[in-house]
Amino acid sequence: MNDLFSKFDPLIEMREGLLKGGVTDPFNLVMERVESPTVAICNGRRTILLGTYNYMGMTFDPDVIAAGKRALDEFGSGTTGSRVLNGTYAGHRAVEDALRDFYAMDHAMVFSTGYQANLGIISTIAGKDDYIILDIDSHASIYDGCALGNAQIVPFRHNDIEALEKRLKRLPPEAGKLVVLEGVYSMLGDVAPLKDMVAVSKAAGAMVLVDEAHSMGFIGEHGRGVAEAQGVMDDVDFIIGTFSKSVGTVGGFCVSNHPKFEILRLVCRPYVFTASLPPSVVATAATSIRKLMHSADKRAHLWENSKRLHAGLRQLGFTLGTDEPQSAIIAVIMPDLETGAAMWEALLHEGLYVNLARPPATPAGMTLLRCSLCALHSEEQVGEILGMFAAAGRATGCIS
Amino acid sequence: MTDRQATYAKVLELVEPLNKKGVAVTEATRFAQDLEWDSLTVLDFVANIEDEFDVIITMNMQAEIETIGQLVDALDKLQAG
Repeated sequence: MNDLFSKFDPLIEMREGLLKGGVTDPFNLVMERVESPTVAICNGRRTILLGTYNYMGMTFDPDVIAAGKRALDEFGSGTTGSRVLNGTYAGHRAVEDALRDFYAMDHAMVFSTGYQANLGIISTIAGKDDYIILDIDSHASIYDGCALGNAQIVPFRHNDIEALEKRLKRLPPEAGKLVVLEGVYSMLGDVAPLKDMVAVSKAAGAMVLVDEAHSMGFIGEHGRGVAEAQGVMDDVDFIIGTFSKSVGTVGGFCVSNHPKFEILRLVCRPYVFTASLPPSVVATAATSIRKLMHSADKRAHLWENSKRLHAGLRQLGFTLGTDEPQSAIIAVIMPDLETGAAMWEALLHEGLYVNLARPPATPAGMTLLRCSLCALHSEEQVGEILGMFAAAGRATGCIS
Repeated sequence: MTDRQATYAKVLELVEPLNKKGVAVTEATRFAQDLEWDSLTVLDFVANIEDEFDVIITMNMQAEIETIGQLVDALDKLQAG
């Protein structure tokens, strides 16, 4: 018998090599208790959370929790059905209404996860003879959306406006084109030059989809994302987002002003052939989204946190993914996986959780300690975090 | 020199600066196994080829191209089209 698992041997070996040194498995951490959006108990130790994407700290908001409990009581634990059959409750409509209001757009379609939103929209709207032009550093869900469909895929160098424009010009003028961009790229926390990229895409007759998963809630005047901050909302055809970051629960969505958008509910397989979100989840999401519309103070504090952490880490001597803080993600670049894993573990012992990111998820084979800040991190906590980075960095020889 | 020979010569010229292992390149040379290029090197190379020949090599086409010779054939076809 040919063991179908032999193809995983190199990865199994790499993991064994890493864990042999006695390092805690960075991909198998358990949160034993969660006290707040910024603190959990891991291995019995109080741990500051700096790797959760919980940007706006909505997970323990009293209004959000009350809405979820009420929905659980009134509508039960789950819908047991697809959105197009028995799985659309009042709450699903209400959360789509909240999204339309949040983005000031005509249509909103909610999926069971953010991954499925990209999978569904991209694979459905780009057909066999159409072209998808995408940034090479796009998220896995975007690539998987391309793989699920059968369009022609054209990648271009990360955030390179000229590379995008050149490729658009070489494509047949009459062909259907979808340009796929992200507002914030989650690995390095850098922002896309959407203003220019959307302009060259529109000039070439392409439709534009922007994934704003990592910007919703705090970038842009109303928290609508990088497209809002750069003034190109009206030229973006589709915005993809998630409930599992700033909104604080789980789910995904697409908003659009396209006049025929609603037909997607019947033809988009990752929307049709899966059960809808539980009533408690859509209730918490709707409440959270409506509160995020009026969170200017929290947005300002989150930016302060991001700036302070970026400046502080740089002062300590760490190499960061961006020269300036561009989002709530600060990526600390590690020389290699072994040092990265050692540093990750040293931080955990100090009482700090960050994400260890490694290839193939990262660009250019980098190992990263990815930090994502929360609007509810206090000034004192950011100070504590910097102290922990200093101690762990010196203990592992990452800084002198 | 035929068109195909000219294409081959140009491809070899673009392979050379990225041929860090100093592999002796023929039409049968494979990008992944022989040249040992990672995905980023492939992206650079494809971008250079696209600019040189003013064509698009989609990821769908890249999946079918394993060797230098196959790339030359694909480029000939793209330019004829």
